[in-house]
Amino acid sequence: MSTTWRGRWAVATAHPLFWPVIALIAMLVANTIYRPSFLSIEMRNGHLYGSLIDIVRLSAPLMIVALGMTLVIATGGIDLSVGSVCAIGGAIACLYISKQPDQNSVVGVLTALTLAFGLALVLGAWNGVLVAVIGIQPIIATLILMVAGRGLAQLITEGQIITINSSPYRMIGAGQLLTLPFAIFIAVAVALVIAAATRRTALGMIIESVGGNAEASRLSGIRSSRIIFLVYVVSAACAVVAGFMMTANVSSADGNNAGLWVELDAILAVVIGGTSLAGGRFSLAGTVLGALIIQTLTTSVYAMNITPQTSLLFKAVVVIAVCLIQAPAFRAKFGLLRRRRRPGPPPAAVAADPRKEEVPAT
Amino acid sequence: MSSTTLAAERTRWRIPQSYVPVLATLALLLVLYAIGASQYTAFSNIQVVLNVFIDNGFLLVVAVGMTFVILTGGIDLSVGSVVAMTAMVCASLLRADLPAPLVLFIALAIGPTLGFGMGCIIHFFEIQPFIVTLAGMFFARGMCTFISGSSIPITDRFWTRLAQDRIGDPRGNFVSISVLIAFAVVAIAAYVLAYTRLGRNVYAIGGNSQSALLMGLPVGRTRIAVYTISGLCSAIGGILLSFYTLSGAPLIAIGMELDVIAAVVIGGTVLTGGSGYVFGTVLGVLVLGTIQTLITFDGRLSSWWTKIVIGGLLFAFILLQRLIGIRKK
Repeated sequence: MSTTWRGRWAVATAHPLFWPVIALIAMLVANTIYRPSFLSIEMRNGHLYGSLIDIVRLSAPLMIVALGMTLVIATGGIDLSVGSVCAIGGAIACLYISKQPDQNSVVGVLTALTLAFGLALVLGAWNGVLVAVIGIQPIIATLILMVAGRGLAQLITEGQIITINSSPYRMIGAGQLLTLPFAIFIAVAVALVIAAATRRTALGMIIESVGGNAEASRLSGIRSSRIIFLVYVVSAACAVVAGFMMTANVSSADGNNAGLWVELDAILAVVIGGTSLAGGRFSLAGTVLGALIIQTLTTSVYAMNITPQTSLLFKAVVVIAVCLIQAPAFRAKFGLLRRRRRPGPPPAAVAADPRKEEVPAT
Repeated sequence: MSSTTLAAERTRWRIPQSYVPVLATLALLLVLYAIGASQYTAFSNIQVVLNVFIDNGFLLVVAVGMTFVILTGGIDLSVGSVVAMTAMVCASLLRADLPAPLVLFIALAIGPTLGFGMGCIIHFFEIQPFIVTLAGMFFARGMCTFISGSSIPITDRFWTRLAQDRIGDPRGNFVSISVLIAFAVVAIAAYVLAYTRLGRNVYAIGGNSQSALLMGLPVGRTRIAVYTISGLCSAIGGILLSFYTLSGAPLIAIGMELDVIAAVVIGGTVLTGGSGYVFGTVLGVLVLGTIQTLITFDGRLSSWWTKIVIGGLLFAFILLQRLIGIRKK
């Protein structure tokens, strides 16, 4: 009997989402012990309130950015420019709305959103061309837009903070629908669309194959560079939606601070969720979990009266811990989660194992 | 012995092509300076040039450390935070009335220790440098606010003397001691990269770490060493910054890593590693400094133009590197 338990334990711990789930549960438990009212959700004025709802609502922008980032990372790339795209998108939308005679007109808001969305697609295409056509290293190609994009966002807002007073726009970030924050619905919708597009069609497999080996994929008939181009456009589109949310939440666009460091948080969310930075596999569920973990961490730190900046210390510890646990080399060295002792397994072979198991599983 | 001759042959064969980006940067710097000098008469004042060094001394030192890391094909995102943390540690220890030499020693030890730790994790557990140094960045920035939530002024006599001493000629042109320290760091780094075994190993690993390993080079030791060097340079940069501002502030040097990476890239170091020079990095820092000075002189342009121009330059230089790379194939 003990062997079956051990066997099940081994199977459970080998699941890619096991450790992220444990981390999330541990944080929720710690919060509940610290503040017993943490888990309670109450109904007020037809809206649900509670720490859990807050965590999900506040993690919505990060979740959306991270979902786009997941696809980029799955191709072995990285997109550092998402924070700047958030800021540019928010700035354009708010600028257009602030120029309208009637800021509450739905048509005006929709036009603003379309404009900003279109611009974001152009920015994504710029990244895509740099990486897929010119062949620049992704981290550097997107660094260009990360640096210049901040400047562009400030150029659009002329260094000011544009404040608007538009209830339809505000709805995106702080609105309510069916007793729940509207932002949650947007995040869920984005997650479902991406999940359906990648896991219900061959697209996800194709992205993973490009991430595994772009050249081999091209030789087997996949247009690798077109796929790589596509993921950067999708990432920018996700970023701009998150940018709308961030600016709508505070009804103002700040070219300097909107979406600042969101790229780092998004990459963290993706990595915590078990997507390898080397590319070749991805887990959307893991990314959603990762975003929730990061937001829970931030919220807990606020709740415990620790200054926000010091929360970075905890983030550093969590990042290193999760990365170490997931690193094949670390597992191999310490025999963690691996009962079978193989004499000196080459790290590459160990890394390849979970990949093979994971593709059908997710 | 055969490996050394091989390496020597390879560098001789490489020299013309790997000089192109550095020469382009030099040309750009001269053009920028010429534009400035033709537009503003005060620009040709020698002190303007010296001020670029004074204002960017710490950036220069940190960029030198980053050059080592990028030459091996890695990246170090933690530098900005480590700079801030070192300045904070100096300020808080000096406030606690510790003797200045001891403070200097402690401050110089923290950066390399963190760098060594990150290097070990990168090497032994095969985690991407990007993520490990990102965690290092969070850690160091968190430590800053952990030490103090607000900025701490430095009133120590040793520190203020080093900060305010001016070394110059009788006509009134001067540099600060920080600039001399920065030059010393640059000279040592250039020597190490060009003439020591460690330096050759750095280039070899950046060129192809697999081949380097098969050649019997100490890949692990070198990789850990470059992150330690980067940590040391960040620590020196942090001390120079504390000379420059005479305080330690928890939020200072945010986003500095981007400037540093930009300077290294503009200086012609190839981001995949294996090719680049410390001298190029010096030029890269000077280009950034000159752009800043130009924008300050102009007065009409707002500060965000700096970012846009730097982004544009990054693009141009990466494209240049790429074109050279294609021609090589």
